[in-house]
Amino acid sequence: MALLELRNLTRRFGGVAAVDDVSLAIEAGEFVTLLGPSGCGKTTLLRMIAGFEVPDAGEILLDGRNIASIPPEKRPLHTVFQSYALFPHMTVADNVAFPLRMANAPRAELQRRVREMLDTVHLADKAGAYPMELSGGQKQRVALARSLVNRPRLLLLDEPLAALDAKLREAMQHELIALQREVGITFVFVTHAQDEALALSHRIAVMNDGRVEQFDTPARIYSQPANRFVADFIGSTNMLDVSVIEATPGGLRLEAEGLGIITAQPREDARTGQKGCLAVRPEQVGIGHTPDESLGNRFVGRVASLLYAGNVTTYTVELETGTRIEALLSNSTPGGPGFFETGDVVYVGWRHDAGVFLHD
Amino acid sequence: MTSRIGRWLLTLPPALFLLVFFLAPSLIMVLASFRFPGDYGGLAPLQANGQWQLTLETYRFLFSDFIYAEIFLKSFAVALATTLACIVLAYPLAWLITRSPKKHRDVMLLLAVLPFASNFLIRVYAWMIILGPQAALSRGINQGLAAMGMEPVTLLFSPVAVLIGMVYVHLPFMILPLYINLDRHDPALLDAAQDLGASGWQRFWRVTWPLSLPGIYSGSVLVFIPVLGMFAIPDILGGTGDILIGNLIKEQFLGTRDWPFGATLSILLTLAVLAFVGLSAWFARRGRTSHG
Repeated sequence: MALLELRNLTRRFGGVAAVDDVSLAIEAGEFVTLLGPSGCGKTTLLRMIAGFEVPDAGEILLDGRNIASIPPEKRPLHTVFQSYALFPHMTVADNVAFPLRMANAPRAELQRRVREMLDTVHLADKAGAYPMELSGGQKQRVALARSLVNRPRLLLLDEPLAALDAKLREAMQHELIALQREVGITFVFVTHAQDEALALSHRIAVMNDGRVEQFDTPARIYSQPANRFVADFIGSTNMLDVSVIEATPGGLRLEAEGLGIITAQPREDARTGQKGCLAVRPEQVGIGHTPDESLGNRFVGRVASLLYAGNVTTYTVELETGTRIEALLSNSTPGGPGFFETGDVVYVGWRHDAGVFLHD
Repeated sequence: MTSRIGRWLLTLPPALFLLVFFLAPSLIMVLASFRFPGDYGGLAPLQANGQWQLTLETYRFLFSDFIYAEIFLKSFAVALATTLACIVLAYPLAWLITRSPKKHRDVMLLLAVLPFASNFLIRVYAWMIILGPQAALSRGINQGLAAMGMEPVTLLFSPVAVLIGMVYVHLPFMILPLYINLDRHDPALLDAAQDLGASGWQRFWRVTWPLSLPGIYSGSVLVFIPVLGMFAIPDILGGTGDILIGNLIKEQFLGTRDWPFGATLSILLTLAVLAFVGLSAWFARRGRTSHG
């Protein structure tokens, strides 16, 4: 049995469905991310699980019990809020002790658990400090400690890293992964940052317009996007409009206007004559002064522009038809043959099974 | 260098203002309290026959009669009761205003301060009519009491009437600082408290109440101090036994014209107010750190 199961959950605001018939099953111990652009319904979904929003339809099952009508203070789960929402008039230790006090925990146990929890988040020396005396990262850790101290069945995190700068965010990502592994509590994490979702999660639910577009592991979300939205939202992708010429279990033969036949990995639901798009990741695209015979799909073009990012360079190659293809090249061999200038005639290509066909 | 001069220039006007309108009059009062009363009221000359004419007589007189200490204590009790009543009435009101839709809030705040638009004395005289023996309020209460076989009561010219008047006049001074305080609370704190298992009452007692203490302190200072010196309301609504320290001081200056005694009383009142403000500031600081 799944720890948390959402069944046909729907929430409407003035006739518009913010969450539209969402069903998800989350297993115990998982780190699941709800990922999507702002307004996709991920926060509303989280607030329904927490109890701050009441679903218009559907069920929320925690350990098999429908909790949809239980008020937030009675649900065995906690939320880490985007603003941390630490109590400014309480010390770090009193903030962390708050849920234990609400549960009338015995004094000795309360003190022991607060101390253990502060040790876990490396804030033992800040126990007597007030929230206003802490840095952003420390506040974040207090919020986590406060939410984990009475070992909830589930921890909900509402964009908890959004307020931190880039360096601190990365450090906190590592800490979150380690913390989740240490405490073994199921995390449901909400973010609009796809890199965060890919780095942290066991599974990602990509949301758009109140619906879950795909619920899968980060690797499959990235390499096998379910549809055009997922392919476009996660990472950058070359998208070519194509139609299916032939669909076999061994692979697809597609036709792109002006480019001829392109092969792509097999897909069960692809049918001859279907229209759609072909998604190819820039790092799957090879680029060179001479054609690479090992790549099943090859085209010639001219470097239209390039973006140097230090570790990698992204080349935008314009084919004769005007189609633009992005190729990502690692700069691991500086000065080597991998460098191209704007205007160079180059060959681009990708493996016969690199592309993913996404029907409309 | 220039910034230091600039800071001096900025502090100069308020410093001058305090010097001219607070410190100097206070010192004049202190001096007056040690002088003799004039033969026909006011003050006797400071020097006579080449001698300084100073005395501790007013202080001796003040502490010789328990009645003055009693009036002081009663004034403090009335100020305290008024402040408490204002807190009890203003808190739910201010809370209600912060919880109202934004477009209604301005109207509600305006209604709270609207009584200031009419003259203070007129408002107090209005209470004379409302509390008067012929008004529906008194008649209703006394009919009820008579039905239960009890003696009728007079509302007007009683301590109750004084308290009602005091609370009525000073309530807005409690509502406004409380509203400003409550409005600044981050609503996410209440969500967090609820999420962490706090019931409605616990959310109020553990989060809203301790965070609103600074607002209560400012409101209390704004109510307590003017009530302590107030003489018009006990004059109009109170009975002969409802003399407060404000009435006593007014009487010394305008009635019996014993200025040295009036000066002594008002110096003691000023000291009492300063002590109260100091104490409440100390409580406010202590409250912030101990409410952890």
